[in-house]
Amino acid sequence: MMAVRAPLIFMLFVLGGCSDTSTKTPDFADRPDLDPSVRVSGFTFLTEETQALQQDDFANPGQLWVDRGAALFGDGEAACSSCHEPDDFSHTATQYPQWNSEHERLINLEGQINQCRTTRQDQPALAYESDDLLALTTFVATQARGDDINVSLTPEMQSAYQSGRDYFFTRRGQLNLACSQCHDDQWGMQLRGDTISQGHSNGFPAYRLQWETLGSLHRRLEECDLGVRAEPRPLGSDEYLAVELYLAIRAQGLPIETPAVRR
Amino acid sequence: MFPVRIALPNAAKRGDIMEVRTLIQHPMETGLRRDQRGRAIPRDIITHFQCEYGGEVVFEADFFPAVAANPFLTFPLRAVESGDVIFTWTHQDGGETVETRTLTVE
Repeated sequence: MMAVRAPLIFMLFVLGGCSDTSTKTPDFADRPDLDPSVRVSGFTFLTEETQALQQDDFANPGQLWVDRGAALFGDGEAACSSCHEPDDFSHTATQYPQWNSEHERLINLEGQINQCRTTRQDQPALAYESDDLLALTTFVATQARGDDINVSLTPEMQSAYQSGRDYFFTRRGQLNLACSQCHDDQWGMQLRGDTISQGHSNGFPAYRLQWETLGSLHRRLEECDLGVRAEPRPLGSDEYLAVELYLAIRAQGLPIETPAVRR
Repeated sequence: MFPVRIALPNAAKRGDIMEVRTLIQHPMETGLRRDQRGRAIPRDIITHFQCEYGGEVVFEADFFPAVAANPFLTFPLRAVESGDVIFTWTHQDGGETVETRTLTVE
């Protein structure tokens, strides 16, 4: 008898919970951000072998995209290299996403590269997540490797920051999970065979062993959304840009590791 | 186009044993996966790798669908004489990616 009753009670509880939360407006002002004193890179949670792979500049498969990016950088008549030296980018990746006053919008490194292509190089924008855009982004970002994330939050960026923060704390998907429930509350604990990381963005674009390829932060966010069975947002969308901004502020002070190797 | 990285010293002493490292960008698609619409993704793999040095095959390997993307190989090579070291990756359709490095032996 108990065996039959228990699921019924559970269902009532779940249904009751649903109707209750759907009427509530999310407000996470009272939720604390991750304590900066415990902030560590995702590198910390890797196995020794994966750490070694990331630190080996030859074997790290992400270096294939760095090579490709270096070639693209000097390619064509209006090449990136006709205005920039790679050394010019020794801090660049630490300062994105940032506010673009010309277009009055938040822009990340991928967006900046595409904007340079369309406005200065007279080239079509590269598709988000295309190997060419990933390669250029990785090549530019890796120039800042070892330099600490240092994004300045200007007044224009406040509303994007707020919506990115709300995204992070909002429960979503069929599993009804918020990013914060794993990456703020449970990091360092085991989730099956994996250690839960703090969910920082400092290694992206990163080579993920699961993907067997290099991918952007937005692809990683898309996969997190799919993981909790939520509807993912388009790559490069304002929503993911806002999350990227919140994550950058959250990861402030962590060194850029691009191209990192992640599980 | 399959970008390749090869780590091999330019010069070595006769008799030295060097560590050769190679990395090639390749999806190594198994042929067992399906895309979002349920259509089978055709197999696309490298089937063979060989390294030729001094007119002789000094290292070779057969690859199968279980080999991960972007295959990375490390093997030892003894420096015998100056000459070309030729690396050949053979694709399933018979196409080849060939890279040559020149080694000077003192």
